[in-house]
Amino acid sequence: MKLGFLVDLNLCMGCKGCEVACKVENQVPLYSWRLRVKYVDVGVYPETKRTYTPLRCNHCEDAPCERICPVSALHYLENGIVNIDKERCIGCAGCMMACPYGAIYMDPVTNTADKCTYCAHRVASSMMPACVVACPVEANIFGDLDDPTSHISQYIMRHQKDGGVRVRKPEKNTHPKHFYVGGGEVHLNPLASKREEGYNLFNKITHLDHIGGH
Amino acid sequence: MVEHTVAATNAIVTLDVPIPQVIWGWMITLNMWAKSIGTGVVLVGAYLLARHGREVGESVKIWMPIISFIFLNIFLLFTLLDLHQPLRMWHIFVYPHWSSAITVGAWMATLFTAIIFVMMLIALRKFVLAHEDRVPRFCRKLAQMEFLNDELYDKLLKVAVVLALPVTMYTATIMGEATARELWQTPTELVQMLLAAILTGSAVYLIIGQKWSYEVKRDLAIMLGVSAFLSFVIYMGEYYFGHMKAEEVAAILSYVKEGPYAAMFWAGQWIAFIIPMALVYFSLRSRSASLLFLAGVLAIVGLYITKHVWLIIPQLLPLS
Repeated sequence: MKLGFLVDLNLCMGCKGCEVACKVENQVPLYSWRLRVKYVDVGVYPETKRTYTPLRCNHCEDAPCERICPVSALHYLENGIVNIDKERCIGCAGCMMACPYGAIYMDPVTNTADKCTYCAHRVASSMMPACVVACPVEANIFGDLDDPTSHISQYIMRHQKDGGVRVRKPEKNTHPKHFYVGGGEVHLNPLASKREEGYNLFNKITHLDHIGGH
Repeated sequence: MVEHTVAATNAIVTLDVPIPQVIWGWMITLNMWAKSIGTGVVLVGAYLLARHGREVGESVKIWMPIISFIFLNIFLLFTLLDLHQPLRMWHIFVYPHWSSAITVGAWMATLFTAIIFVMMLIALRKFVLAHEDRVPRFCRKLAQMEFLNDELYDKLLKVAVVLALPVTMYTATIMGEATARELWQTPTELVQMLLAAILTGSAVYLIIGQKWSYEVKRDLAIMLGVSAFLSFVIYMGEYYFGHMKAEEVAAILSYVKEGPYAAMFWAGQWIAFIIPMALVYFSLRSRSASLLFLAGVLAIVGLYITKHVWLIIPQLLPLS
């Protein structure tokens, strides 16, 4: 079994329901996110388009975070999930330096690294991840990539013909198990959009001054 | 709204969460800088013992392990302080993950520090034996430990020199494993780490060896000048050619070309490499060693600035 994730960006409407569900399910502290939905605006008014991209851990097959972790706190589960043992983590932040997707954060409460685990605790009980359940348009698709009859495998095959299935930063050779349908450069490449500090749509886009509670 | 001001082909992030920026900060810079000195004095010290042992042997044998031990402990202390869970440091020894350069490095650095500690005890014992009437009573116990002798020192020195190489270079493999930071390429960083050790090692001896002959200082000056030159050439290679291979590297280098770290980058290059190279050149031409003290101090100070800039700039880039 190799669990994977797919987001159909044609369906996503940026409601952030997945983001909130993840926060609640995993009790993610303030100023930390396992999953977030990024809004990127393209064009000049009135010809503008807003894109929405849910971003979470890619559960890479060759995960740099797992490789660099000095104490195996980050480890693979048999189903392919890259899990984290918070009791073992020493908080060196090597994983944060290694992850090309910025998917790992330092939990300010426990002072250990943390990230999306595809809700491994729910999966172990044969439940879907919280974000999948919360999505009102079923843009989040989760399942077994090794099973050709699974919904995710079928979805990938269906969209493969037009080259519409992409991963983030394939050049990093991490072999992500998180796919996107309908995504372009603006969705998936952080360098394709400007990220300016200051007030924008609803909030002040900024950087965290502190990493964890250090 | 900001999207009114950008061209149609441009895109701008309008809603997102705050993302982390600098994860490894000044403590890691201090870690790398102190490790360069701690290993560099051993590598350059071994050369001095082999080449000029008759003149400087006694002095180098005492000061090499003492200086190395001090800086290795600065390196270890700040490595520990930078952990978010420093009290769990022992996990690295009971749950080692051998694919991690952090694990391999921690084990090697610990062993290296232990060897340097024993060498320092031997050096201190020699000092106690020479000044037995002037040292406190508890120090005299050291004099009774006869196994701490020159023979053991020479054996340990060989192991220390062999270990100093991977200990000084392993941080480059951590940088290589940091897949997110495109700027750091392991082969280049391995050479930079080794050059940093030779640069700081020779600089330390130029500072403490004021009474040594010109011939010894000339050798140290050449080591300092050559390592500064090679290091500078590699940085310039990255600076001028790095952007031609990858978008990420180009974006990172823009922080030192016209961005917030431009002044700091050039300050580091001038203080660590360019001015010391010039001082070495003038010193060798005039056969005068008076400028070399300054060259040594500048190289050590400048290396910290250079390392810091190179550590920070890849972290400024948004990853997602």
